[in-house]
Amino acid sequence: MTFRSSTKALLVAASLTVAAAAPAFAAGKGAQIERQSWSFSGITGQFDEAQLQRGFAVYRQVCASCHGLTRVAFRQLAEAGGPNFPEEEVKALAQEYEVAGPVDDDGEATTRPARLADTFPPLYPNVKAARAAHGGAYPPDLSLITKARGVPHPEGVVTHTLTMARDMVTGYQEGGADYVKALLVKYQDPPEGVEEKDGLYYNAAYPGNWIAMAPPLLDDMGLYGDNPTVPETATQYAKDVSAFLYWAADPKHDVRKQTGWLALIYLLITAVLLYITKRAIWKKVKH
Amino acid sequence: MSGHADTYQPVGPVSKWLDKRLPIGRMMHNQFVDFPTPKNLNYMWTFGGILMFCLIVQIVTGIVLAMHYVAAESMAFDSVQHIKRNVNYGWLIQPLHAVGASMFFVAVYLHIFRGLYYGSYKAPREVLWILGVFIFLAMMATAFLGYTLPWGQMSFWGVTVITNLFSAIPFVGESIVTWLWGGYSVTGVTLNRFFSLHYLLPFVIFGLVILHVWALHVAGQNNPTGVEPRSASETVPMSPYAVLKDVFALVVFVILFAWFVFFAPDYLGHADNYIPADPLVTPAHIVPEWYFLPFYAILRAVPDKLGGVILMFAAIAVLLFIPWLDTSRVRSTKFRPIYKWFFWLWAFSAVALGYLGAMPAEGAYVTWARIFTFIYFAHFLLVMPIVGVIETPKNLPRSISEAVLRRDSGSGVGFGDAVPASPEKR
Repeated sequence: MTFRSSTKALLVAASLTVAAAAPAFAAGKGAQIERQSWSFSGITGQFDEAQLQRGFAVYRQVCASCHGLTRVAFRQLAEAGGPNFPEEEVKALAQEYEVAGPVDDDGEATTRPARLADTFPPLYPNVKAARAAHGGAYPPDLSLITKARGVPHPEGVVTHTLTMARDMVTGYQEGGADYVKALLVKYQDPPEGVEEKDGLYYNAAYPGNWIAMAPPLLDDMGLYGDNPTVPETATQYAKDVSAFLYWAADPKHDVRKQTGWLALIYLLITAVLLYITKRAIWKKVKH
Repeated sequence: MSGHADTYQPVGPVSKWLDKRLPIGRMMHNQFVDFPTPKNLNYMWTFGGILMFCLIVQIVTGIVLAMHYVAAESMAFDSVQHIKRNVNYGWLIQPLHAVGASMFFVAVYLHIFRGLYYGSYKAPREVLWILGVFIFLAMMATAFLGYTLPWGQMSFWGVTVITNLFSAIPFVGESIVTWLWGGYSVTGVTLNRFFSLHYLLPFVIFGLVILHVWALHVAGQNNPTGVEPRSASETVPMSPYAVLKDVFALVVFVILFAWFVFFAPDYLGHADNYIPADPLVTPAHIVPEWYFLPFYAILRAVPDKLGGVILMFAAIAVLLFIPWLDTSRVRSTKFRPIYKWFFWLWAFSAVALGYLGAMPAEGAYVTWARIFTFIYFAHFLLVMPIVGVIETPKNLPRSISEAVLRRDSGSGVGFGDAVPASPEKR
């Protein structure tokens, strides 16, 4: 093939791959959701341990009263690449939770304190019980929330395509965290002429805008202990808990990206060596 | 091609012993070491090997995943999460398989594109091409069945929508759908049988691939000029020449593959599939995986359900007939001044249909989908037969060697004005 047609072929390849991403992150239309700068953003990003620890504090003291985290095991809280709490602390924390134990000799169900290997116990026996406890609204489990939500792509074929291309090149995967953070801080009064709805709150980030969850975060809730290293604002809480939930949904994130760099360096060196070899072999052939 | 000189020399007593009883070493040597390949192949010819690699990756990762996956309605979603969170290297194997499916389609679309551009479907490669279309169909079926298995919202509703299409078939449609589902709705029964078939079909693909490679090694490879090699000096042995080139291209392809696996494993998927399947909640937009989008757009471009289904399947079935629909005397689009423009218009339409498939089926999107669907079919049914007859192709090089020499001396297009266009078999 001539250079020109190779280039064309590459363009087709690129546009095929760009078209690939069209459906990604199309989870519902809300207001524009600003992209945050996360420590784990992009292809080199890694979690900020301190932020994950703060985020867990927010989850535990605020979110956990209604939202489960049933796919996360206690042991993971003590792992590197996560909040990395001291193991003893996590053991003590786990013991505060009751989980189902073995059936006893009389055939009765028992409970026991949770251990490191256990996951967070469910808050509700089933969805109906959860709805009944919250006036009909179902507080979703948060284990995967940052993967199950995203930011809508901009409208229009050109901006859409450019956004997809940029996201592919930069490895943008944080749409769910951006969405959760926006949702937590975008409670506001409904715009002029929009009627209040009973038992619902207006939220500019939520698809459809009316959400059953009351604004959960306020400034100065005192969630970060005696000597907080960051300002105790609702925005900071929202950011930290979103980061924590991003980890909860993707606990192997750090090791995956680290391995990715090793793999990429290995592949690039191999590719160069192969190319040199290929050139040497083909040198005598007119082709 | 298959008639080239046999140079195999068994080395050592075991090889000699085996060669008299089952000459598998001789076959491998003749077909994959000594096999003559045209010396002017470009990198578009490396996707065959890349696709073989993709198939093996899918089978190997798939077998490992199946050891941990549970194909039951209440556990499928959880078991995938279990793989990603708890199984050793599950965080790597699961995205290798999921991203691998997408990469398989990237490669197969480029492979098909190359075949179309250089006329690789024309005589004597019709059977080779038709086998390829069947492989493509089997791949689509496998990918569709596989997308069911994570049992997320998009899995569930994707299956519901696509299997429901069969209900458009007159008289027996409803019965077929009930038979596919194993009941009156998509349930764990459906999931279980889809898992079984998803495990079966890759081996069917493997069998078809063996036939595809066999047919290739009978007819020999096409090349960018579309002129058959005339002498041994126009070919090089597959090893080391083509092998090295293929391996280099493969590693470059794996870099792209690794990019998605390690840095953007969810980029090619849909967020809704991280919500467990719920028959009571329909997602706002049900969209298939990206590689089905052009066909999905064709389906929705037709106002009638049965018509849409027929056209969607016809979009692939038409490929079976192009060896005879294309009336051109020359293979390669490079030498076809008129057809070239239609070809790129068709390629653009296919990509545009992909975009439209991801958009809601309303307003201008539908209008455009209809226009591009028309172009898609008109290309095969009108352009291929008509342009082939009315077009005067550029003068073909007499041989591959001449094409190489002319290019190197910088004389550009009109290869040897004195040389008449060599008529090829239609």
